[in-house]
Amino acid sequence: MSSIKVSTTINGDPTEYVCEADETLLDVLRNRLGLTGAKEGCSTGDCGACSVTIDGRLTCSCLVLGAEMDGAEIGTIEGMASGEKLHPLQKKFIEHAALQCGICTPGFLIAAKSLLDHNPKPTETEVRFALAGNLCRCTGYDKIVRAVMDTAAEMRRA
Amino acid sequence: MRYERPTTLQAASQLLAKEKGSAYVLAGGTDLLVRLRTGFIEPDLIVDIKRIASTRTIAKTATGFKIGAAVSGAELGENAALKKAWPGVVEAANLIGSKQVQGRATMTGNLCNASPAADSVPALVAAAAKVVIAGPKGKRTIPVEQVPVGPGKTSLKKGEIIEAILLPKRPARSGDAYLRFIPRTEMDIAVVGVGVSLTLDAKGIVTAARVSLGAVAPTVLLVPAAAKAIIGTKLDAKALDALAAAASAACKPIDDKRGTKDYRIKVAGVLAKRAAKIAQQRAGGK
Ligand SMILES: Cc1cc2nc3c(=O)[nH]c(=O)nc-3n(C[C@H](O)[C@H](O)[C@H](O)COP(=O)(O)OP(=O)(O)OC[C@H]3O[C@@H](n4cnc5c(N)ncnc54)[C@H](O)[C@@H]3O)c2cc1C
Ligand code: FES
Ligand code: FES
Repeated sequence: MSSIKVSTTINGDPTEYVCEADETLLDVLRNRLGLTGAKEGCSTGDCGACSVTIDGRLTCSCLVLGAEMDGAEIGTIEGMASGEKLHPLQKKFIEHAALQCGICTPGFLIAAKSLLDHNPKPTETEVRFALAGNLCRCTGYDKIVRAVMDTAAEMRRA
Repeated sequence: MRYERPTTLQAASQLLAKEKGSAYVLAGGTDLLVRLRTGFIEPDLIVDIKRIASTRTIAKTATGFKIGAAVSGAELGENAALKKAWPGVVEAANLIGSKQVQGRATMTGNLCNASPAADSVPALVAAAAKVVIAGPKGKRTIPVEQVPVGPGKTSLKKGEIIEAILLPKRPARSGDAYLRFIPRTEMDIAVVGVGVSLTLDAKGIVTAARVSLGAVAPTVLLVPAAAKAIIGTKLDAKALDALAAAASAACKPIDDKRGTKDYRIKVAGVLAKRAAKIAQQRAGGK
């Protein structure tokens, strides 16, 4: 095994790390960089708990090698709030009780933000399709969908 | 395991050709990483092709479109010209997985993974797509349907990499469509998939057609008999029944938890009819 040196930007901050060739980005974030917001639910791309953005695109960090990230811009849940100020989606998730155990929440928030960045006025069906790659064992999804719809409406008014 | 990220096809091909152990090309990684993490494969070398410029672009050429092997499903969906010319190919590619998977997954990876149920492959076969293969001995171009040779197996030789997928130029009044049946609405593997591409004349008569089936045989099938059933017709009820019968007759499916043989054979016919009607509408017919 030879260690690989990687230079990236994470949530706007230039970041360097060293990883093994077979480590996923999720492993790197959690175990090397202490960014434990992205969760490991399945490690096979099915649950979305590990969602991040890479160069602005929504991705499962469990399906990407850490070594692939040289020169990339990564966005994680840790970059969603500005300091103490929560993102509107985060506030609405709390307001609507769109979480219980919370394991799926960072992934849903990243995926929902990615949707709203591209489509500020989604229909309920669009929200459900956009979040189909995120699994939640607790909430039954309705509260999550309502929180996203409500956030979209509020952000359009703002 | 070593990870390499060459910037030219030549270098990539040499790395693969020289490797004594097991070596894999990495495109989007949505199949490869799952197999790596589940211990299904233990590569000695992974060659990431995403730094090779020609694999990253969608180019409109004199003969059609050239889609780089590392172009993701999300990028295909954002290309208006491609979507207009080949809506069926793009819709098939965009059915792969979730938004997260779309951010990485490529059609070439879908093809090289060689699953009988790969969603973009029937659409590519119906479209008469070809692949440009770069290898130690230079480049060659072959039809898409010659790439998979069995579940998980391709005809690519050691050191060979697919550089791009070529889609031909569309004659006027052409359309294509892909439909799959899955028990859920998203995130599932096709029980049956059908791709249809056709061209109409000014009177609405089908002058050329290709029909392809997925998930009903060890590889995706091109079904000339199904195309023949609709060429020369206006897709009237009789022609559609003949199309369905030919599609069903071509199936050599297995029984599994997703569907029985009989069910797959029946659904292949039903989807072939529906896909043909959509392709006809897209070609400007009715
Ligand atoms: C959650 C989830 C859902 C999915 N849903 C679907 C679905 O609905 N439908 C479907 O069809 N598939 C689905 N897949 C499978 C997978 O996403 C697709 O097959 C995808 O298109 C693979 O592309 P990739 O670029 O990620 O391939 P990779 O994983 O990078 O590669 C796949 C294989 O092809 C080889 N390869 C890749 N590129 C080349 C090249 N240029 N030259 C030579 N060999 C190459 C690799 O070595 C590897 O063996 C799903 C996967 C996941 C994780
Ligand atoms: S941990 Fe990545 S999708 Fe489940
Ligand atoms: S809140 Fe528990 S999995 Fe979603």
